[in-house]
Amino acid sequence: MTASVSIRSVSQRYGTALALNDVSLDIAAGEFVVLLGPSGCGKTTLLNLIGGFAEPTSGQILIGGRDMAGVAPKDRPTTTVFQDYALFPHMSLRDNVGFGLRMRGVPRADRAKKADAMLALVGLEGRGDRRPHELSGGQRQRVALARALAVEPDVLLLDEPLGALDLKLRRQMQDELKAIQRRVGTTFVHVTHDQEEAMAIADRIVVMNHGRIEDHGPPREVYLHPKTLFTAGFMGEVNRIPVSGGNAPFGPVPVADGILCIRPEAISPTGALRLGPCTVQDAAFFGSYVRAHVSPLTAPDLRLVVHLPQSQLVEEGRVLDLGAETHVVLSE
Amino acid sequence: MRLLSWAYLAAAYVFVFLPVAVLVVFSFQDGRLPVPPFRGVTFEWYAKVLSDGKLMTALGNSLLVAVVSSTVALILGFLAAHALARVRLPGSALMRGVLIAPLTVSYLIIALGLLNLFTQTGVRLSLWTAGIGHVVINLPLCFAITYAAMGDHQRNAERAARDLGAPEWKVLLLISAPMLAAPLAAAFFLSVTFSWDEFIIAFLLTRFDVTLPVEIWSMLRSGLSPATNAVGSLVFLVSVTLVILLELLVFRRTK
Amino acid sequence: MSLAARDRRLAWGLMAPALLWTAAFFVLPFLGMIALSFAHMEGRQVVQGFDTGNYARIFTDWTMLKALINSLEITAVVTVISVVLAYPLAAIIAFRVPARWQRLALLMAVLPFWTSYVVRSYSWPLVLGQNGVVNQTLLGLGLIAEPVQIASTRAATVVGFVHFFVMLLTLTIYANLIQLSPNYARAAQDLGASRWQTFVHVILPLTLPGVVTGAFLTFVLCIGDYITPQILGGNTELTLPQLIMLQLGRSGNFPLASALSVVLMAVVTLAYFASSRWLRLDRV
Repeated sequence: MTASVSIRSVSQRYGTALALNDVSLDIAAGEFVVLLGPSGCGKTTLLNLIGGFAEPTSGQILIGGRDMAGVAPKDRPTTTVFQDYALFPHMSLRDNVGFGLRMRGVPRADRAKKADAMLALVGLEGRGDRRPHELSGGQRQRVALARALAVEPDVLLLDEPLGALDLKLRRQMQDELKAIQRRVGTTFVHVTHDQEEAMAIADRIVVMNHGRIEDHGPPREVYLHPKTLFTAGFMGEVNRIPVSGGNAPFGPVPVADGILCIRPEAISPTGALRLGPCTVQDAAFFGSYVRAHVSPLTAPDLRLVVHLPQSQLVEEGRVLDLGAETHVVLSE
Repeated sequence: MRLLSWAYLAAAYVFVFLPVAVLVVFSFQDGRLPVPPFRGVTFEWYAKVLSDGKLMTALGNSLLVAVVSSTVALILGFLAAHALARVRLPGSALMRGVLIAPLTVSYLIIALGLLNLFTQTGVRLSLWTAGIGHVVINLPLCFAITYAAMGDHQRNAERAARDLGAPEWKVLLLISAPMLAAPLAAAFFLSVTFSWDEFIIAFLLTRFDVTLPVEIWSMLRSGLSPATNAVGSLVFLVSVTLVILLELLVFRRTK
Repeated sequence: MSLAARDRRLAWGLMAPALLWTAAFFVLPFLGMIALSFAHMEGRQVVQGFDTGNYARIFTDWTMLKALINSLEITAVVTVISVVLAYPLAAIIAFRVPARWQRLALLMAVLPFWTSYVVRSYSWPLVLGQNGVVNQTLLGLGLIAEPVQIASTRAATVVGFVHFFVMLLTLTIYANLIQLSPNYARAAQDLGASRWQTFVHVILPLTLPGVVTGAFLTFVLCIGDYITPQILGGNTELTLPQLIMLQLGRSGNFPLASALSVVLMAVVTLAYFASSRWLRLDRV
């Protein structure tokens, strides 16, 4: 059970505010897409439009090729995992998970069987008689997932489902989410503001800002070859070096004009784009790497963040000869 | 469905406002009976009511009883709520139950019990005895409202103040009370409106000085009169003013 | 003295005034009333003792038993009608009225709640009486040939009560509805529930504690009220509070009045236990 989603020049206006500005996006059947962006970027609005909780001001949304205009949430082939889970506190887990089937008139015994199977899928085997308040946050999240998947939707919408979990649990749930998606094959559209979470689970990341899509592509592509400065900055730390007329502050570079963007971990002694000798301003041990601020001798006002291997001896005042292994050039 | 909702809302408003509207409209009746047909507008009944010494005395009594009894109820309720929210005592749940209990008992029964107590102990009935009864009914209200408003946030601020060397009475006065200004005001105003409007306790526990509802009650015995409508309209005006003030001053600000 | 012990002593000190007040002016009189209910009258004198005659009389004297039955019937009818009318009103205000107008809509819906109780009861005969607004309007429209008798009937009492309790219940039910996460309803509809199914399976069960609490308050206030049946019901039939007031006024029979009050209290206690599973009195 899976379907493609096609968003065609969708805009959403609330009063004078433009929450979505002419957004178009095609999501393939069975794809795991993550909508990533800061709060207020329009990602949740877009999710609500797909789920049918709001109608777009203009534009069209198709699911499995079918136009969804005027189709109520209950009649759409989508289900949602809500940020607060919205588990029904007065029902057992089995009744929660079986709720959608009950609404579809499935007999009690059948839906109990299906609910138990879904609970097993999310690792809550044999807990069907419990009530939501007896569960931990992570377990509630799983029940919400099981409930949404029990009706075999073509598209599953997840609204920051891991947002309420602590970091360790969140990383663990990411892996499970990904595994479950592989198993059921349903199209997942997942909203988050955590770029690490996005990279961990997405087939494709859609970066949004100010109601527009800034960038989209596989995690590697979006991280290493961002199309905009916003994407570059949102996906991770980046050094931005202004270049004009082939000259950077530390010397000539093989780039005409623009902003030279270099990730901290791309800087090493062997990098091809030479920065020249740099003074270490400060350094801190981060476990898997050493994080340091350095300034090229030729441009003492420029402060660059670098991540160096923990084996490298980095201390304040030391001079290292550094270069960038990869870089991109973007315009302002 | 949408249309039905608005129709229902409109019908509800008509039902809710019908008696009040009739009351107010016929307080201006230029005639002896406050029923249709409406014979024209006059302020004669208001003039009569406002110059009625007995009514005005009763009004003053009502306000006095309301303010004094609400103040007492608020202070007692606030202190108890503060104590119960702060320390987990072995009998906490029971204490809360005892303090809330009067809410579930009919005013008539509270009045009867007190009447019996005062008669047996030889206490003369007066505005004071009515006030004691009003504290009994308003104390649970003040307690419940302030208790519900005390959260972790509150407790942490109080702990910080104590940590910085404030004695308990200063914590109460400088931290707890200002932080709870809105619920305290809400509890006070609610108590005042309940007390100044209360009939059965005031009726059974006063003798010569009476409160406004009791005075109105004796007016009713002489039959329908636009004068009663006029008093009722004035009472309504005062209550509504109180409620609107509360809404504007307290709830607007906390939002 | 340990810190915890000092804290506890301080807490007791802060609680003492409220507890003493409640003990002296609520618990003590209440116990006194129970004791008095077992006394009896000789002439105009109260004779203390243990005499169950008052209770025997309540359950054998048809006037008294009828008053109890009247009170129960009226209260039950009022509670049911009020909940049924108030729920949609609260729901419309919570879900249909735009957020910025909700407080105003609610304030308006319960504004007459704040009029004097006595005055509000008094104004109903003006509406329902032979010459009242309703009859005059219906006559004027030619819908009826002669005035309908509504005032001074049980129907008038019920109307007066329902008017008051619809407002009270609208407040409590609205407060419950508004604190529900909107995602409950969205989740239900997302999973295929119709509006009606969403209401029956999700919204109603989640608001049940609030509704039961409101209904219980309605029950308590309604069954103990003297004014409304006295002004609106006339003297066609008595309710328990009217009977109690009669005992106090006419014959000064405090013991019988106390026994009637204990019965009234017992009924309320029964209602409490019947609904205690869902009651949230500390969150009124």
